[in-house]
Amino acid sequence: MKTFFKGLAVAAVAAMPFTTTSASADGHGDLSYVLVSHAPDSDTWWNTIKNGIALAGEQVGVSVEYRNPPTGDIADMARIIDQAAASGPDGIITTLADFDVLKGPIMNAVDQGIDVIIMNTGTPEQAREVGALMYVGQPEYDAGFAAGQRAKGEGVTKFLCVNHAIQQPTVGERCRGYADGLGIDLGDAMMDSGTDPSEIKNKVLAYLSANTDVDGILTLGPVSADPTIAALQENGMAGDIHFGTFDLGEEIVKGIKGDIIKWGIDQQPFLQAYMPVVILANWDRYGVLPGNNINSGPGFVTKDGLAKVEEFAGEYR
Amino acid sequence: MADTSQTDERVKEISAFRKAMIRPELGGIVGTVAVFTLFALFAFDSGMFQAQGVMNWSIVSAQFMIIAVGACLLMIAGEFDLSVGSMIGFAGMMIAVFGVVLAWPMWIAIIMTFVICCTLGALNGWIVVRTGLPSFIVTLAFLFILRGFTIYIPQTIERKTIIGGIRDAAEGDWLGAIFGGKIGQPVFQWLGDAGIIGVFERGSRAGQPVVDGIPMLIVWAILLIIFGHVVLTKTRFGNWIFAAGGDAEAARNSGVPVNKVKILMFVFTAFCATVFATCQVMEFGSAGADRGLLKEFEAIIAVVIGGALLTGGYGSVLGAALGALIFGVVQQGLFFAGVESSLFRVFLGVILLAAVILNTYIRRIITGER
Repeated sequence: MKTFFKGLAVAAVAAMPFTTTSASADGHGDLSYVLVSHAPDSDTWWNTIKNGIALAGEQVGVSVEYRNPPTGDIADMARIIDQAAASGPDGIITTLADFDVLKGPIMNAVDQGIDVIIMNTGTPEQAREVGALMYVGQPEYDAGFAAGQRAKGEGVTKFLCVNHAIQQPTVGERCRGYADGLGIDLGDAMMDSGTDPSEIKNKVLAYLSANTDVDGILTLGPVSADPTIAALQENGMAGDIHFGTFDLGEEIVKGIKGDIIKWGIDQQPFLQAYMPVVILANWDRYGVLPGNNINSGPGFVTKDGLAKVEEFAGEYR
Repeated sequence: MADTSQTDERVKEISAFRKAMIRPELGGIVGTVAVFTLFALFAFDSGMFQAQGVMNWSIVSAQFMIIAVGACLLMIAGEFDLSVGSMIGFAGMMIAVFGVVLAWPMWIAIIMTFVICCTLGALNGWIVVRTGLPSFIVTLAFLFILRGFTIYIPQTIERKTIIGGIRDAAEGDWLGAIFGGKIGQPVFQWLGDAGIIGVFERGSRAGQPVVDGIPMLIVWAILLIIFGHVVLTKTRFGNWIFAAGGDAEAARNSGVPVNKVKILMFVFTAFCATVFATCQVMEFGSAGADRGLLKEFEAIIAVVIGGALLTGGYGSVLGAALGALIFGVVQQGLFFAGVESSLFRVFLGVILLAAVILNTYIRRIITGER
């Protein structure tokens, strides 16, 4: 028995420095917000989110907490939202990873009088439906549209969109937006590339030699971007053809540096974490609220902006 | 066990104490008291002990209890089942496929799923007793096989890994309500009206209590615990379970149908996993390919905290239930206490270790082994 109590005592002592993480010293720790994500512990992308809310909490003087289901189980995430609501914070920031599962817990929290902001995953429509204050994220169609407009200014007239996730409708929206931004018909420009790197590479090579008038390429993430870089290096079109991509990654950053890729579209996860905390704090303190949803992206990363990306990679970028 | 001491006066004098100490769930009782004391100190004003908070950790604990009861009886019978988590994902997906994709009536979908999953449990058990392979390996194989099918089947049929719409399909279904419904709403409405528990402040549910009933999940957990406890301690079959796990050869020689007992325990574990899955999909309305990840270990941890021996032949369902309660309270309580959530696993490890050391210590006192 002694052993057990000793164990608990150790646990309790270990817990002390961490209890209510930051009831900030300047006396403004009266407001508390909880961010609930759907990401498993192993997903490092969300580290940016953790740092984002921590920085926001520090700067506006509120306490913030980050919670997630350790294995990424969405049903567990629903329990965590229930729990967060039961602990009575001033606001909850969460994703809508599975609308069916999370709708109930989120609406319960809203009905209890807790302000909710949806970030990252979800749509402005879904956010409205669950009664959230707003949605902070990257609407995929709009991001594609902005990219298309930019590419048009850079002289693209006919393009290939390499889609490695054809089963996810939201990702395909990026291609549709891009085509509309360019002001041309999508037609058969969207390629179902699959996820196998060598398959993607060969499909891109085949498409480009069959369609010699294509002067622009859009890839939808590192999965399709990396093999496309290899394909362009092989057929000598690297640096010659206009190449834009969604999301950032090691190869993509190298490609931007080496003038193969014109720009990478960053959904700026930092803003998805930082903005909701600031907005909730100002809403609770002064009753002010922006009148619209916030698009955290698209942020265009070009060769000029790489220094900051490299400096803060994995921390704030 | 203490019966032999009845004839000896000197031993009889301490038998009451020994009787109290000899309970495998003693560690669980001590742990439960300690955990509640700790959180009462650290998280009392965080909402953890208000109606909504209590319901939150009760539900999570009940989830653990459901799978822990099955895992406990199986472990006492001397075997493991590592396929519990995958079975949960698989069962949920089967219900979605039958009930939503094939649009069968929900009660048929649920019964069919139970039949399939219990058969798979029996297959697990049959392979173990037939080949004599460690159940660790056999069920590890099923961990992968079932998870693979859980991803493959919806991918092939629907081109996605989450199937929704179960709640709509189960609307008004009698069997669906047994897993996904709630009971006792009038009592909670009364409590809400009387101001004893909080009510929603706004929205379509304004005026309704924040806790509006006891989910069937908790009812299932309690029923399974009672069932498991009675079978284990009050029936001949319960003695067979202990015997099969204690010394299978000796049990066989004295006429215990060891193979039958073990296979039945595998079936029961699969049954518990399916109950878990059914309650989950009925509540949330969707089945995902990643549901139930790592739940097999959570079940085993709850059982071990509850005082069962990994080698079989010793343990208690009540202990496992307390282990599940400790697990659930700690998991949710750490959130209430505002502990950095990445430290959850650290605490889990510390508690597991502390509980096992305590349990071993108790057992040594009882048995006199060194």
